[in-house]
Amino acid sequence: MIALLVRDLRLTFRAGGGFGLGLAFFLIVTVLVPFGVGPQSDLLARIAPGILWVGALLACLLSLDRIFQLDFEDGSLDLLATAPLPLEGVVTMKALAHWVTTGLPLTLAAPLFGGLMSLPQAGYFWVFVTLLIGTPALSMIGTFGAALTVGLKRGGLLLSLLVLPLYIPTLLFGAETARRGIMGMDYAQTLAILAGVSAGSIAILPFAAAAAIRINLR
Amino acid sequence: MEDTRVRQHDDRWNWFWAWANPVKFMSWTGKVLPWLMAMTLVTLIPGLVWGFFFTPEAQGFGSSVKIIYVHVPSATMAIQAWGMMVVASLIWLIRRHHVGALAAKGAALIGLTMTAVALITGAIWGQPMWGTYWAWDPRLTAFLILFLFYIGYMALWAAIDDPDTAADLTSVLAIVGSVFAVLSRYAVNFWNQGLHQGATLSLDKEENIADVFWLPLVLSLVGFGLLCLVLVLVRTRTEVRMRRLRAIEMRERMRDA
Repeated sequence: MIALLVRDLRLTFRAGGGFGLGLAFFLIVTVLVPFGVGPQSDLLARIAPGILWVGALLACLLSLDRIFQLDFEDGSLDLLATAPLPLEGVVTMKALAHWVTTGLPLTLAAPLFGGLMSLPQAGYFWVFVTLLIGTPALSMIGTFGAALTVGLKRGGLLLSLLVLPLYIPTLLFGAETARRGIMGMDYAQTLAILAGVSAGSIAILPFAAAAAIRINLR
Repeated sequence: MEDTRVRQHDDRWNWFWAWANPVKFMSWTGKVLPWLMAMTLVTLIPGLVWGFFFTPEAQGFGSSVKIIYVHVPSATMAIQAWGMMVVASLIWLIRRHHVGALAAKGAALIGLTMTAVALITGAIWGQPMWGTYWAWDPRLTAFLILFLFYIGYMALWAAIDDPDTAADLTSVLAIVGSVFAVLSRYAVNFWNQGLHQGATLSLDKEENIADVFWLPLVLSLVGFGLLCLVLVLVRTRTEVRMRRLRAIEMRERMRDA
């Protein structure tokens, strides 16, 4: 499993285009929003946590189709499916690799980009924490979506259509927790549910994703 | 192989699952459908006519209250259709009955339509009552999310060529989607306060709506339920026929080649 993770990470770093692209996209989204809504800093400060969350979510979506596509095309996915390692484990590692190359950089960059959005002082901490807890769920749900569409020629748009509705609870609880944290309200409940969504996704979705891959490889 | 066949033969639920055999399914639904259609007409038309023309105007609502006889049943059916879809998907995944997969596909279409009807009638009702066609009220939002889930499900059906693969993948999506749909329903409660009033149709509460509105509403609810059942059965029959047609076409092409 570790070897698979290392292989995936190495492939993503060396292939180019995959790793930095998500971050660049995130940056562009954060830059575009003030153009769209105007530069008033009080307005930006109010919507900043939400915009950062939506931006991170979209950036996450961008690299999803790459999780299985290349392995499917060159046949390594068939090898992985017949390997002694359970497919559920393979899927989990794929999701982890996606998180390390997408979710983690986005989480680290979000407070930085928050400066562009005149994020309130407390917001840096809250956006960072909620993204840190929430992005694993985004990666795992996305991996499930990628597993569903792996056999399709033009699965990219369909993938977004399938995955975005599934992202709604994570986004809601993530942004809500950040908002409550910034405003000094009680955040324990939503934070706990956000963590629960992440943990639940990681616990259940590998089975669903592995089942989808088995169907697609049939 | 032989062993499992024998065991299936001994299965005491076999009589039940035999109804899902495509040939038998076509024959019994063909016989039942006219009766179901008649029952739909007998409940739906009186329910709606009674509701529209022979109920008093509710205090504070004016005549706009009458849209409830379409809005509430269609919203209920939008959710029931999802349940139907999940059950049919499970039947396909567990028992491998093709009719199950096709019924799930049919139920999704009906559910999508009912969701759209509920959203549209809700918007029309919302304009005089709340002064807006759309607000990010938890129930409205939940229905919009349900609409998106239906669209995603049907898009996946449409995108995959092989019918068995499509049935398998959409079934998996339906099950995972249900978990997330329920989660979204409760998530939106945290996010905004509602405009909808609390439950007024539950059987165990003191505070229900008055009987003059309640009785035609129940009739419409039953009518919409039967209507959905009829539509899903018709849709499933169409799908079965379409698949047979495709098989015949393939056979023709094979013979010509």
